[in-house]
Amino acid sequence: MAKVELTSNPFIKRTLKSRWPQLAVFIVMLAGYLFAIVAGLVGTPVGSRNFSIVFVWIAWWAILILVAVPFFGRGWCAVCPIPLPGEWLQRGAVLTPPDKKPKWLNRRWPKAFRNIWLQNISFLLLALFSSVLLTTPSITGIVLAAMFFAAIGLSAVFERRAFCRYLCPVGGFIGLYSQTAPIELRIKDKQVCAACEGKPCYNGSIDGYGCPWDVFPGGLTKNSYCGLCMECLRTCPHDNIAVNVRPFSADLAKPSARMDEAFKAFIMLGSAMIYAGVLLGPWSALKDAAYNVGTNAWFIYVALFLAIIFVVMPALFALCVARFEKFTLFKKRFATLSTALIPLGLMFWVAFSLSFVLTNASYILASLSDPLGLGWNLFGTANAIWQPMLTSILAPGQSLALVGGLIWSARTAQKAANEAQTLSIPVIVYCFIATVVMLWLLV
Amino acid sequence: MKRSELLARILIGAGTLLAIGTPLFVWTRTPLIHARMAENGGWNPDVIQAEVGKPLHLSLTSDDVVHGFAIGQMDMDAVDVEPGKVTDVTLTFDKPGIYTFYCTRWCGPNHWRMRGTIEVSGSSPAPEPVTTIPLYATLDIDIDAPHEAPVAPGVLPTAIRGQQLAASLPISQFTNPDFYHANSPYQLFEALDSTGLSDTEKWDVVSYIWQSNTTPAALANGRELYSQNCAACHGENGAGDGVFADDLARAGEASMQTMNGAADMSMQLPVDFTDAQRMLGASSALLQGKILRGGMGTGMPMWGSIFTEEEISDLIAYLYSFQFEYAVP
Repeated sequence: MAKVELTSNPFIKRTLKSRWPQLAVFIVMLAGYLFAIVAGLVGTPVGSRNFSIVFVWIAWWAILILVAVPFFGRGWCAVCPIPLPGEWLQRGAVLTPPDKKPKWLNRRWPKAFRNIWLQNISFLLLALFSSVLLTTPSITGIVLAAMFFAAIGLSAVFERRAFCRYLCPVGGFIGLYSQTAPIELRIKDKQVCAACEGKPCYNGSIDGYGCPWDVFPGGLTKNSYCGLCMECLRTCPHDNIAVNVRPFSADLAKPSARMDEAFKAFIMLGSAMIYAGVLLGPWSALKDAAYNVGTNAWFIYVALFLAIIFVVMPALFALCVARFEKFTLFKKRFATLSTALIPLGLMFWVAFSLSFVLTNASYILASLSDPLGLGWNLFGTANAIWQPMLTSILAPGQSLALVGGLIWSARTAQKAANEAQTLSIPVIVYCFIATVVMLWLLV
Repeated sequence: MKRSELLARILIGAGTLLAIGTPLFVWTRTPLIHARMAENGGWNPDVIQAEVGKPLHLSLTSDDVVHGFAIGQMDMDAVDVEPGKVTDVTLTFDKPGIYTFYCTRWCGPNHWRMRGTIEVSGSSPAPEPVTTIPLYATLDIDIDAPHEAPVAPGVLPTAIRGQQLAASLPISQFTNPDFYHANSPYQLFEALDSTGLSDTEKWDVVSYIWQSNTTPAALANGRELYSQNCAACHGENGAGDGVFADDLARAGEASMQTMNGAADMSMQLPVDFTDAQRMLGASSALLQGKILRGGMGTGMPMWGSIFTEEEISDLIAYLYSFQFEYAVP
C-alpha cells in the first residue's frame, strides 16, 4: 500500500503550518486541563460525579487509547496542554520566535537518561497507585498539577521538551504504540536534508523553533519520538516535510533493538493483563489489595505486579527466543522480537479499555452538566442515570480486538524474525498464550 | 511585541482565567452541607443558624454513600442525600429553639452518630408550650438498674384469651392508662395473684390489658418508626441482630464503652427485645426513659431530640408486641 501525502493538499498544509488553529486547540485543552485540576481539588470527592475523574480517566482515556493512539499515533501529544506554559516561557513567545530569546538554563538532558526508562518508571508509579488515583478527585487534581509544574520546571532547566520526551508517564507508551498508527511525519527527500545548511528544523529559525522533541526530522524512521507539533513543517526552508497517511504498523517492519522500548512493551502488555484481572476479575482479595495503598496486602500486590512485568513475562519470552550465543546478540534478538508485542499490547489495552469505558461512559453526561458536584445543571443532563452502554457488543468487540491483535502481532513477529534471522513460531506461541489468558480474564 | 503575539497572550490569559476562576468563584458561593459517614466526620457543618419565620435554604450533598436528612420532632419527609449530587431543602421554623437534624439512611455502623443542630433564634408568635417532665423522671426510676422479671411465661400470652378471662374479673384499677405507664407487665402479673388464675391465664390477661392501652394505628406507626430507626441494630424482629449488630460487636471498645470497663462489653450489644424477662420487667416509663436519653456511652443514641412524645409511646407499644400475641383487628 502506498503512502498518501496529506500536506500536498494546500488547505491541510496551510492549516497545519498556521499557528492559530493549533493555538485555538491549545487554549481549549489548557482550559480543560486547568478546570480538571480545580474540579479535582474543590469539587465533590465522589469520583463518578467529578469532572476530573470522569473527563480524565474515562473520556480522555477512551479517546486516547481507542482513537488517538491507534489512528493518530502521537496525535494526542500534538494537542496536549501539559508542556505548553513551560514551552512558552522557554521560548519567550507563544507564536513565532521573538527577537530576543529569554535566558533559561537550556541544559542538555543528561546522557544516562536519554531513553524511556524514566517513563517506564513514571508509568509504573501511576499504575501501582491507579486504584486510588483513578477514583479520588483530589489525588487526580494533585497529580495533574504536579505534572503541569514538573513540565514547567524542566523547561526552565533543560532545553526543548524534556518532560514529554523523557518523563511523561503516558508519553512512553504513546510513542511505542504510535509506530502502529497509519499516520506519520517524514521528510520527502533525504538528499535535500543532507544538503540543507543550518538545519533549521533542528536548530530553529525566524519561522519557528528547533524540534521540541530533540529529533532531526531528516533521520526519522519511526513515529516513536516525533510529537507531530508541526514546527519542522514551519521551519523547513525547502518544503521537504510531509505528513502522510500510510499502512498500519509501517514502523514495525524495521524493529528497533532498544531494551528500554522492549521493556515498555512488556510493561504495557503485563499491566493490561494485571488490570483486567484486578479490576474486572472475580478476585475480591486482589481488588482489596490494589485499593488499600500502604497496607501489607498492597505491598504484596506491588511485588507481584513488578515481578510479573519485569521477571515472569520477560523471562518466559527470553526462554522462547534464547539460543546459545553471545549475550549481546541475545539482547538484540530479544529486543527485536519483542516488537511483536507492540500490536498485541495495544489491542489488549483496547479490549480492556472497552469494558470500563462502555460501562462508565454514561457518567460523562452527568458530569458535563454538574462538573464539580455543586448542584448545577448546565445542559440538563445532571441527573442522567448510570447505565452501561452497548453491552451486547462488548464481549464480541473485545474478542475481535484480542484475536485481531494476535493476528497482527503474528504478522509483526514474522517480519521481526526475518530481521533477526530466526524463527517466528516461539514468539507467536508466546503471543497466543498471552491472548488466551487475556480472553479468559476479559470475556 | 507583535500585535499577533499580544492577542495570542490575551486569549491564553482569558482562557486560563476562565478555566480557573469560574469554578472557584461559583464554588465559594455555593455553601454545601456535606454528609459523610460518622467515622469520617458526619455532617459538615453540623451547626446551622436560622431565624424564626424566615425560610432556611439548605443544599445537601454526600461525599461518600447515600445518607438521609430529617429534622427531629418536625413534620417533614426525610430526603435522600446522594453521593456527588445536591439535594435542596427549604425549611421554615415557627418557634425558636435547638433542633436536631439526623441521617435517616443506614449508612454505616455509626450511622446514629450522624447528627447536627439547627439553632433557631427569634421570638415565637405563639405562647411557649409547657415542657412536660417525662414520667420516668417524675417517678424517679433508675433506668440503668437491672429490671428483669424473675419469671417469664411458658407460652406466648394471647390477648384474645385474656379478654375473655378479664370480662369476669374486677380489674378496673389495672386498665387505666396511668397503671400501664408506671408498671411493668410483671408487676401486673404479680398483682393478679389474688384472682386465682393460672400463670398462663394471668399472662393472657396482662397481654389483653397491654393491648387495650394501644391502638392498631399506634402499633403500625410504632412498627414503621422501629424499622426505620431501630432495626439496623436491634433487628427487624427485635432479636438484637440487626445488620450493624455484628459491626458494633467487632468494633468493640472503639464503638461502645461501658461504665464498668471492658469486661462488661457483652452487655453493650444491642438489646434483644424478644428477651421476655427483660421486656416484661420493664415499665413503659422505664422504656421511655431509655429511648429519650439513649444508652450513655453505648451505641444507643439519644432519641429525645428526634421523636415526639407520641412517637415514643407508639414505639413502646410496638416493642411490647414482641412479647404478646395481640388480636389482629
